[in-house]
Amino acid sequence: MADSKQLYQEVILDHNRKPRNWGSLADATHRAEGLNPLCGDHIHLTVKVTDDTVDAVNFEGESCAICKASASMMTTAVKGKTRDAAEVLVQEFRDMAVGKLDPGRPHHLGRLTVFAGVRNLPTRVKCAILPWHTLHAALNSIETTSTEAEADPMHAPIGGA
Amino acid sequence: MNAPFAAVRPERAPALDVERIRADFPILKLKVNGKPLVFLDNAASSQMPQPVIDRWVRYQATQHANIHRAVHYLSETATAEYEAARRRTRVFLNAREEREIIFTSGTTDGINLVMQGYGRKFVGADDEIILTTLEHHSNIVPWQMLAQEKGAKLRVVPVNDRGELLLEEYRKLLGPRTRLVGVTHVSNALGTVNPVGEMIALAHEHGVPVLIDGAQAAPHLKVDVRELDCDFYAFSGHKMCGPTGIGVLYGKAALLEKMQPFKGGGDMILSVTFEKTTYNVIPHKFEAGTPPISQAIALGAAIDYLSAIGMERVCAHEGDLLDYATDQVNRMPGVRIIGTAGKKAAVLSFAVEGVHPHDVGTLLNEEGVAIRTGHHCAQPVMQRFKVPATSRASFAFYNTMDEVDALVAAIRKVQKIFG
Repeated sequence: MADSKQLYQEVILDHNRKPRNWGSLADATHRAEGLNPLCGDHIHLTVKVTDDTVDAVNFEGESCAICKASASMMTTAVKGKTRDAAEVLVQEFRDMAVGKLDPGRPHHLGRLTVFAGVRNLPTRVKCAILPWHTLHAALNSIETTSTEAEADPMHAPIGGA
Repeated sequence: MNAPFAAVRPERAPALDVERIRADFPILKLKVNGKPLVFLDNAASSQMPQPVIDRWVRYQATQHANIHRAVHYLSETATAEYEAARRRTRVFLNAREEREIIFTSGTTDGINLVMQGYGRKFVGADDEIILTTLEHHSNIVPWQMLAQEKGAKLRVVPVNDRGELLLEEYRKLLGPRTRLVGVTHVSNALGTVNPVGEMIALAHEHGVPVLIDGAQAAPHLKVDVRELDCDFYAFSGHKMCGPTGIGVLYGKAALLEKMQPFKGGGDMILSVTFEKTTYNVIPHKFEAGTPPISQAIALGAAIDYLSAIGMERVCAHEGDLLDYATDQVNRMPGVRIIGTAGKKAAVLSFAVEGVHPHDVGTLLNEEGVAIRTGHHCAQPVMQRFKVPATSRASFAFYNTMDEVDALVAAIRKVQKIFG
């Protein structure tokens, strides 16, 4: 049985209260807007990429605690990673959120596994994935993305784009 | 000075035996996450009592065939039962004639029928359709589609900070170009009971017909279409103890006869050749194809069930629940009620400070409390009150004061978790 209280553990509530890398980067090279029209959530990502490295990601917007914490932890997780490594994390995070992460294979999620419980809450999976999908959109120069229709992160292809 | 909040309720309605009523609803015995289900999402869809389930099963088990067609026993039985459901609906609404009752698939379908059948025929370029800020998307989007097609304009009645329509603004909007007024009887997002009787009378002074979206009213208030003098009234079966896939559009016979059919097909015709089709009389003109027969008959049973309890008693009990819930939530620091109209029905929308409604909904579910969170398909209302979404508890006559207490306790837990 889903215990959603477990999902709302200290680390998520802490990132919700004190989101890291909040705001927008003045010297961003990439940006994207992520929308969840079903609940009105929206986040705006600015990304600075130098050569092939993600130097910084900032975010702002209005969203639920799961989305906000996911975005906050993402900004710290991908900082300093290559674009490819960031895309791998996007893929792994999505697999984890929908319960498709192969337990036999090593992954790079680290503390991001606090979001694993979201797989038991189908209505909230999109909240957790939205920031990651928006990052993927930003890195691939797609200006807006949505959790619905063709842009739905549950269906849209990620990686190798 | 604002008048104190008061739920609408008729005077001197005898009390309702809630425990006896709850015994009729098998689903209310469910446990969710180990807690007794507290179902407060009735504005989205209500639950079905055993007598309605039984009626549905009995039809399917002993009476089913297609209607209005064959001469055999089952077809005649099914036709008689389907038409009996129409009769029950006429009585429920106090409509003048049975042929003024059209079975639809739901409120949305009924509104689209009026848009296609009346709007496309009688609305032209530069004509105006009046709607209100409180409309559900289903009473906005069809009219937007029509306005785009015809070059017509939508005019919108604003609301005040309590969520009440501004009648003086409505008066100013009515004019020689107005072709139709569409207004919800009860706001699904805020619970406001709109002064539809007065609005209809004002529209009629200009010769303008009025469509009432009754999706949130028919399950909660005594609706009398003749007293209201509305021209169209649409509602859904599944919000009033009936099944999904069935709804009703009431329309004045004279208007329905002037309208063009919405869908073409079988049963809506008198004769067909490849040169010309002669349409059937109302209501059949608007019921193309095989209708939701079993659902209509089950809706008839739901109407019987509600009528046996009495809509006055339903309304009075829900008014008590709403007053109690409003009072309890008002005492909670950090919780704000959105929608504080003088007249409300069965809906309590609220915001918990610092907590997104989706998080509220997920954590309330943990306590077995089912509410709706989101924009409630009423984004203009959200924009007006500058919130992305709200949490909404909506009551039915089978809810109890204890369930209101469970809601309040669960909100306290959310506040504690978010510290």
